[in-house]
Amino acid sequence: MSFPDRKQEEVRKMLDTATVPIPPDLGTRAAFRGGRLRRRRHALRTVLWTLAFLAAVAFAAWAVAVEPWIAPPATTPPLEGW
Amino acid sequence: MGERQAAQERRHAREFDAFVAGAGGRLLHAATLLTGEPFGAAPAAERLLVASLSRTYAAWERLRGEDPYDRTRQDLAACFAHSGWRYRRPRGGLLDRLPPQERLVLVLRLYEGVAEEQTAAALGLPVERVRALCVRAAATMRSQPPRGERAGTVASGGGAGGGGAGGVPGRRETAGSGASGARSAEGVR
Repeated sequence: MSFPDRKQEEVRKMLDTATVPIPPDLGTRAAFRGGRLRRRRHALRTVLWTLAFLAAVAFAAWAVAVEPWIAPPATTPPLEGW
Repeated sequence: MGERQAAQERRHAREFDAFVAGAGGRLLHAATLLTGEPFGAAPAAERLLVASLSRTYAAWERLRGEDPYDRTRQDLAACFAHSGWRYRRPRGGLLDRLPPQERLVLVLRLYEGVAEEQTAAALGLPVERVRALCVRAAATMRSQPPRGERAGTVASGGGAGGGGAGGVPGRRETAGSGASGARSAEGVR
């Protein structure tokens, strides 16, 4: 083991000494928050997909009604008598 | 359909509980080292960890074979890297003399045993910088051994003041020893 490795090993032992008591409700709190987070994300996703779907439907309806691919009739009178 | 989903959610909750029971202690230890709080009385570390664990829980069914421990640790490191400046004030913990970034590198490298390259990638730093930070933090820790009794009985006001006053000359002295440590590290390799 090289010199800096031995130093680091000392510090590692220093970090590893204490044992931390784990609070009993840690998992419950995390699961509660995580569940809320997931429901919120789920709701947001649902809303966004619904909006996207409604936008697609609205666009289709508008396109069918207006038929913007048909060229408008010529309004300029043909030039005659020149 | 709804019943199957509920059953799956219950299974995920059980798996998550087992994961927290197994890995929670070690993660809380790491979080406590990061926030620089004394062991056993670390509300900020708990808050940090609960936030990371809740994100792991929310992504539980999308983990797809990824280790939840790695994921939580990565999230914890990212959160701490983002909000580390809040934990600069000494709080009477083991690593409270180090600046937050050095604490983070020291915990990831030495306590968690993450490889230098992975630490560098997770923190968005060059590998040399991670190595230098680790050597400097280790030198600081070695030159100022932790006061063992301080971890147990902490007077937050007095302890913080003492740590702050003693920090400045100590830092200057350890900068020199850190540099010599880096030099010796290069000499060995």
